Amino acid sequence: MRETWIIAQREFRSYLDSLVAYILLVVFLGLTGAFTWLIMADVFMIKQATMEPFFNVAYWSLFFFIPALTMRMLAEERRTGTLEVLLTRKVSDWQAISGKFLGAFLLIAVSLLFTLPFYVSITWLGPVDHGAVWCGYLGLLLLSAFYISMGIFASSLTDNPIVALLLALLIGISFHWIFGILSSVLPGAGGRFFHFLSASNHFDSMARGVIDSRDVIYFLSFSLLALILAEARLAWRHVADASMAR
Amino acid sequence: MDIRVNHLTKTYGTQRAVDDISFEVKTGEILGFLGPNGAGKTTTMKILTCYMAASGGQVQIGDYDVMAQPERVKRHIGYLPENNPLYLDMPVLEYLTFVAELQGVPRAEVPTRLRSIVGRCGLNLEKHKKIGALSKGYRQRVGLAQALIHDPDILILDEPTTGLDPNQIVEIRNLIREIGKEKTVILSTHILPEVEATCDRILIINRGKIVADGTPESLRQQGEGSAIFLVQVKVPAGSPGPTEALRALPMVKAVEVLPKQPGRYRITADSDMPFRESLFRYCVKQQWLLLELTKEEQRLETIFRDLTLN
Repeated sequence: MRETWIIAQREFRSYLDSLVAYILLVVFLGLTGAFTWLIMADVFMIKQATMEPFFNVAYWSLFFFIPALTMRMLAEERRTGTLEVLLTRKVSDWQAISGKFLGAFLLIAVSLLFTLPFYVSITWLGPVDHGAVWCGYLGLLLLSAFYISMGIFASSLTDNPIVALLLALLIGISFHWIFGILSSVLPGAGGRFFHFLSASNHFDSMARGVIDSRDVIYFLSFSLLALILAEARLAWRHVADASMAR
Repeated sequence: MDIRVNHLTKTYGTQRAVDDISFEVKTGEILGFLGPNGAGKTTTMKILTCYMAASGGQVQIGDYDVMAQPERVKRHIGYLPENNPLYLDMPVLEYLTFVAELQGVPRAEVPTRLRSIVGRCGLNLEKHKKIGALSKGYRQRVGLAQALIHDPDILILDEPTTGLDPNQIVEIRNLIREIGKEKTVILSTHILPEVEATCDRILIINRGKIVADGTPESLRQQGEGSAIFLVQVKVPAGSPGPTEALRALPMVKAVEVLPKQPGRYRITADSDMPFRESLFRYCVKQQWLLLELTKEEQRLETIFRDLTLN
């Protein structure tokens, strides 16, 4: 746990040092702010004191931001060789991966913290369903964990960060969109299967304020699965892979 | 803390990168790990440091098995991988703190440890800079510093001096020598003078197999079957050049004409005293002037080439 935390701190600090954190904050807050207050179906247009527009935009923008945060995590460390320095320290593969996960998760959590003023100002406008808001935030956190894990898994597959980014987006689009479409097209068991896989189905109900343990379990278990796969990919170096050993 | 390697094997697909090697390194010993590129040096080091699993055999560091107890082993190892990979966007001190904490140096001890290692590696003036802004020599020092930060019993250095200028090489070597007094050190290189200057023992590896193991002196003696001489002769004007005549002499195995030095040769003969005598007599008979006859110390380069080329 100690090692995980040390690595998480390093990751978090490297975001702060490299401007990534600030760019993310500015763009994320700008986008979500604009769509909540100013553009299209904003709160003034729908004339309801609700955070739903915010959650919808956050849902989409995290989808793009998180792969950009995670693409370097393992890919670049492999390319430059620092992964070898890291993993020959007193650190297990799992500690390295969970540390990286936690570092990115902290940054997203901080970004979400900065959106709390939106919530506060909405409460001034009218009666807000507070339960729904907290539920939505919980949904965003779970969704972020999900994307970060997928991103780390994508980053473990290659030593090229751009390839990692594209892979992560591909995985993201599948869960975000394609599985949803498939679920509405396919009949019977196939449809139900893709309905279950689709992240948006699970997120939507949370954004509306319904906490279903099945949704929570869905996000947590898929996050865990992706991290385990990333660990397995790292462990693969022990078996056969000369390219990764180098 | 000793290192014991027993029948270690590593295969990549069908290729045997390390093929059944066994050796031992004792505390206070500096072992030079020598071999051409692709001989299996780096692979062996990656296995010793728990980065990669072996396909067969055992490695013991002290009382711990590398494959069974990697967490125990890693605590005692300082490792500088090939090409010295570093987080270029981190400042030196921050990076060293990170490594120290990861290696389990107690938080209270980190500052003193940092101060001593920064001083020892000569990083005092550069410690607040980003690693990416440092010259290659200083980066190498940072690499050494991160390997030494937790005061490991074992130091494994993969080509620690590549890309350094001669002054820096000497500095790093001195540092390694000094550290090596109380630790077990393995360093790989393909620069031969480096081994002679730093190592107590040499292990030459070729195509995954150990081809020589011993002190620099003992290896040199191994190659003493034949002797090499520097010879300079002056032939009377008008007579034919001596090269062919020298080649035809008994006991001569090879004659190398030294460029830009007329009349000077490097001759390999399969005996020492008898060859000198017969050469002298031959020169007298031919009325050549023998200007030089020096036995050349058998060089490690020659031994290395002999052992790794066939």
